Order: sequence, then C-alpha cells, then structure tokens
Amino acid sequence: MNIDKKIADDLVANDVSFVTTVPCKQLAGVIEEIDVRDDIFHIPSNKEDEGMGLCAGAFMGGKRPAIIMQNTAIGVTINTLATLTQFYRMPLPMLISYRGELREPVACQVEMAVHTKALLAQLNIPTFHFHWQKDVEELDNILKYTFMSNKPVAILTDANFWGGYGDQ
Amino acid sequence: MIRSEILKEIAPIIRDHLVVCNIGLPSQELHMIDDQPTNFYMLGTMGLSSSIGFGLALAQDKPVISIDGDGSVLTNLGTLPTIANNATGNYTLLIIDNGSYGSTGDQPTYAGQKTSLTAVAKACGCDNVIEVQDKDLGPVLQSAIDSDEMTIIVCKCDSGNIKLPVITLDPVVIRHRFMEAVKA
Ligand SMILES: Cc1ncc(C[n+]2csc(CCOP(=O)(O)OP(=O)(O)O)c2C)c(N)n1
Ligand SMILES: [Mg+2]
Repeated sequence: MNIDKKIADDLVANDVSFVTTVPCKQLAGVIEEIDVRDDIFHIPSNKEDEGMGLCAGAFMGGKRPAIIMQNTAIGVTINTLATLTQFYRMPLPMLISYRGELREPVACQVEMAVHTKALLAQLNIPTFHFHWQKDVEELDNILKYTFMSNKPVAILTDANFWGGYGDQ
Repeated sequence: MIRSEILKEIAPIIRDHLVVCNIGLPSQELHMIDDQPTNFYMLGTMGLSSSIGFGLALAQDKPVISIDGDGSVLTNLGTLPTIANNATGNYTLLIIDNGSYGSTGDQPTYAGQKTSLTAVAKACGCDNVIEVQDKDLGPVLQSAIDSDEMTIIVCKCDSGNIKLPVITLDPVVIRHRFMEAVKA
C-alpha cells in the first residue's frame, strides 16, 4: 500500500478540497501527493496558526479544509485552536507527523513529543495515533467524524507508521 | 481621523460585501456602526483576519474584504507572502495603520516607527499595494473592491479609541449567519 496515495484518496473521497501544509520530513511524500491532485487546492502556509486561519475562511466559504503539520506546531496553535476553531465550532482534520516517538533520531523532537498528547487532551481535541501502516484504514472514519462533530481532530502519525525515519 | 471615523465613512461601501473584521475595538466599532450578517467579527485570535478573509476569498467567488490592523499584521507577517503568491482578484486587504495597538491602549507598534507595512507588502510580492491617508480611503477602497485585481491598502491614520461595549453575540451565531450570507 502507498500510504501517501491512500491519504490523498481518503481526503478527496471525503470532499476535502482545501489543504494547507507546513512540511516535516515524514510528510514530504503526502505533501507531494496532495500538490499534484486536481481535486485539492494546496496552499502552503508559513506558520500553522496562519494555516488554521486560512482553513477557517475556506470552511466558511463552503470548502472542507485540512491542515498537515508537525506535532511541534501544537505549541504554535493553541490560541488559534481555542479561540477560532473551537470557539466558532469549525471542523478541522489535522494530519500531524508525530516526531519524537520510537525510531526518532533527533533528540530535540522528544521534548515536544512528551507534551503532545497532554496538550491535545487538555484542549479536548479527539486524538488518534497511527503507529502501524494498517492504522491508516481508520482515516476515512476519522474524516467523517471530524465533519460530523464540527471539531478540530488530531491524527498523530509516528515514524513507525511512515516506515522509519530513514538515514540521518 | 481615528479608526472609528474611518469605519463610519466606509460602512456604506462595505455593507453589502463579505467582511472579516479584526479582533477588539475594530470589530466592536463595526458592530455598533453597521451590524450586518455579512460581517465576521473576530472575538479573539489576533493576527488572523487577513488569513481568514483570504481563505474565504479562495474558496468562493464573492468579493471579500479583510479589515486588519498594523499590530495584527505585524504578529502574522507570514500572511503577506502567502497572499502575494496565491493572489485572487476578489480579495482586498485593508490594513488600518494607526501606528499602535489600539485595542490595548494605543501602545506604539513598529509600523508607526521605522517599519513601512507598504514596503513590507511589496517586498513580499504583493503587486497592488496602495498607501493612502485616512481621508482619501473611500474611493480607493471602492475601486479595489470593483477591480479584478487583489489589492492591499495601507490606510495611515491617527490612533485613538471611542468607548463602546463588547460584542455579546455568540460566536456560533456570528459564524452561522455569516455562512448563510456567503451562500445567499
Ligand atoms: C496573542 C495575543 N496577544 C495580544 C492580544 C491583545 N490584543 C488584542 S487587540 C490588540 C491590538 C491589535 O492592534 P492592531 O491590529 O494594530 O489593531 P488596532 O486596535 O490598533 O486597530 C492586542 C495587542 C491578543 N488578543 N492576542
Ligand atoms: Mg493598530
């Protein structure tokens, strides 16, 4: 199975047509895949809170949005998640590379990894953790759940899910 | 002119268009001057008026005006390259540049000192950037809305605030009636 294609397929199947991204090495493949899909408008943002603003506008304009970002961005976006996405009750699937977990080569990444689930739990954000490739089968249901509930939802995808981090 | 005087003057120009309005006093003033379902009032999230309005402009065809402030643009400067590189003709960004963080008591911003937001926007790649003095804003804004090209307006004005109440509308109500207006 090609995970990148599967993720893009699920987004398209759920009518997600507006995707903003800030890259992570683990996300390179899926970002590339989204960029070439005709059904998805891909707009890179410079910071993840900016991206969530774009997604809020796109949602109010009638499009289903999504953001693809690294877990370190939870530290950047708490105010936006609370005062924009949650306060105005807007749906936002967040496909998040979960750095600093098993098979992580960069020590600094662990420092935000240890806070990631606690912060998401504190925000009452429904959170799913993809550790095995087959976990991606849940994505379709998670997207439906997100747009049903009008909430931001986190999908944490760790290095093991992506097949290891590669050489570094 | 101060921000509330500017908003009073442009209210007839923007009233039939989709407007995303900056946090704090700008939204409170617009709400008091001319509340419309086509106004999206930001109750928090300083910095994202330009981004929300831009996402909206990209997602549908109606004209969208983001009313922003110099302090808020400075806190989300990354917005300008994104807007520049994905330009859409139905979008107008109006930065009310009073050189201060007005809502929090007029503390000076760098935009009122050495930093020119007009020059920053141009350097970020925005093609149509117009700096205008407060009293001349009306016609400039009207032609920006009418034109097929995206425009960034930096409106230089005085800092100063009037006393007025906070917005007590529920955010979901603001959002719902705004989305109905978008669809209408
Ligand atoms: C993250 C964050 N920091 C600080 C504030 C407080 N705050 C609210 S409005 C505002 C000033 C915004 O200034 P500007 O965008 O220039 O608008 P003005 O009121 O001058 O029109 C500030 C600092 C906030 N709401 N959020
Ligand atoms: Mg100001």
